[in-house]
Amino acid sequence: MILALEQILNGAQLGLMLFLLAAGLTLVFGIMNLVNLAHGSLYMMGAYFAVTLIDWTGSFVLGALLALPAVLLLGIAVEVICLRRLYARSHLDQLLATFGLLLFFNDLVLVIWGKAGRTIALPGWLRTSVEILPGVPYSAYRLLVIAAGLVVALGLWFTISRTRIGMRIRAGASDREITGALGIDVASLFSLVFGVGAMLAGLAGILNAPILTVQSGMGERILVIALVVTVLGGIGSVRGAFVAALSIGLLDTLARAFLPDLLKVVLPASAAQTAGAAAGSMIIYLLMVITLAVRPQGLFPVRAR
Amino acid sequence: MRPTPRLVIYAALLLALALVPLAADLTGNRFYVTLANRAVILALAAISLNLIMGYGGMISFGHAAYLGIGGYSVGVLAEHGIDNGWLQFGLAIGASALFAFLTGLVALRSRGVYFIMISLAVAQIAYFAAVGAYRYGGDDGLTIFSDSRFVPWLRLGDSVTFYYLCLAVLLVALILTNRLVNARFGFVLRGIAANETRLRALGVPVFRHRLAAFTLAGALCGLAGALLANFADFVSPSMMDWTRSGDLIVMVVLGGVGTLMGPVLGAVAFVVLEQELSNLMEHWRLLFGPLLVIVVLAGNRGLDGLLGGRRNG
Repeated sequence: MILALEQILNGAQLGLMLFLLAAGLTLVFGIMNLVNLAHGSLYMMGAYFAVTLIDWTGSFVLGALLALPAVLLLGIAVEVICLRRLYARSHLDQLLATFGLLLFFNDLVLVIWGKAGRTIALPGWLRTSVEILPGVPYSAYRLLVIAAGLVVALGLWFTISRTRIGMRIRAGASDREITGALGIDVASLFSLVFGVGAMLAGLAGILNAPILTVQSGMGERILVIALVVTVLGGIGSVRGAFVAALSIGLLDTLARAFLPDLLKVVLPASAAQTAGAAAGSMIIYLLMVITLAVRPQGLFPVRAR
Repeated sequence: MRPTPRLVIYAALLLALALVPLAADLTGNRFYVTLANRAVILALAAISLNLIMGYGGMISFGHAAYLGIGGYSVGVLAEHGIDNGWLQFGLAIGASALFAFLTGLVALRSRGVYFIMISLAVAQIAYFAAVGAYRYGGDDGLTIFSDSRFVPWLRLGDSVTFYYLCLAVLLVALILTNRLVNARFGFVLRGIAANETRLRALGVPVFRHRLAAFTLAGALCGLAGALLANFADFVSPSMMDWTRSGDLIVMVVLGGVGTLMGPVLGAVAFVVLEQELSNLMEHWRLLFGPLLVIVVLAGNRGLDGLLGGRRNG
């Protein structure tokens, strides 16, 4: 029971990180109709910026906070220099160009930060654990990550559904041409949306940096899952992305945690460990294939395509 | 057929590929054969992707899965002491075709970006199946200790023999692809890609044609995977990583989408660029990545387009 609670929290944490990535993906996808494989690179760049800035400032909080505008600027730069030329292109062109960007960023970090993976040491007050229930300790930092994810999700929901800029974004998502015809500066709106999406991906990278090893290619695995989440939730739907991200995060974590134990009944221990973890990963993709076979537009379709 | 510069270049490319072992002997640099062999096998995989992507308009972002399925068919049988090539390659082609058929049944009901994502998800399932295959090395992969054996006089362990076998397979695949895309089936496939509604209105069973093409491409890529396993004497899940599927797309687009020789040109260019750029600098993707962006922004007709070829020509 205690293990289950811990795993549910871990799952929620993974789910919220996936949401941070998928929110940007789904907005860019829905509004600009762009498939962006380089989104995982922005996640990676966020983590690397955090490594350097925390090193420079000597403060975890300050460094992490400074890394956010850095990724925002990088995102806008990438949009202005390259991606805005791709909006009107075919998906094949977009895949190819953003794949090129992904390769570029993977080698760029090797040149700048070197081959060895980097880790970020947490400050002492975050290295403790909190008793969430009597006798159930849980990492304070992971709790902070969950809280941050929830706050951002709430803020995003508020911005998109309750503010003027959010209204424009929703308008852009449902009809790009009409929005432009109504006098909205679509090009700047797109840059802004892309930049914010990049910042959210970067935030996920920053928050994950102390938990994982920061290394080249770290964005690739999570990008594929985030793409799954985006399509599963319905392209362009932030609400759908949230539901799908949490479901996938929980499913992935729980399956990885408990499948090996289940498989130990029929397999030797080491084989069960390998097979169980892999089966846990397979389940989320299986879920996606089945869902899309039944509901081709995802769970919360924004509009018919 | 008038010998345009483009045809001359393609003939020269195939001739050059045929002469690689000779050149390697003369210069004493056996590495050329290895390099060319990799290009030839990848060209075969790129041809199969081009069949569905270039002619059929189906952007499969999981094509490397078939390389893996073909490779593991050889590896798993070899692991159990079965080195009969007919069996190994038969299983490679059969299993890939079956996997493609089942994938197609689900994925081909969707279009556009949904098709891309389903093909990606299915390939990820295959990838993690290999990672979880504890008996066959899991994440570490599987070393193959014996080459496929067909007939006594054909020794795949000899690098030159194996190279010419791969080149022969490539030529046969090119000839068959050319016949296929210029036959009724090919015209229907291209018609579906260009205007599905119209073909449907004409009474063409669209789904069946797409499924047939998808299955055929899977089988061909499985064959390439079986050759790749014999080439490397090793299979691992990383053969099926989604970035490998990206590489295959790069080869097809680099060469020229929907052209007969484009994939061959693209695969050779990819392998040569990889080799030359990585000689030039360790982090060669720093140049290769932007190069891809430029290829796309410059109009995306690929090398074939540079040579004056026309899409679907």
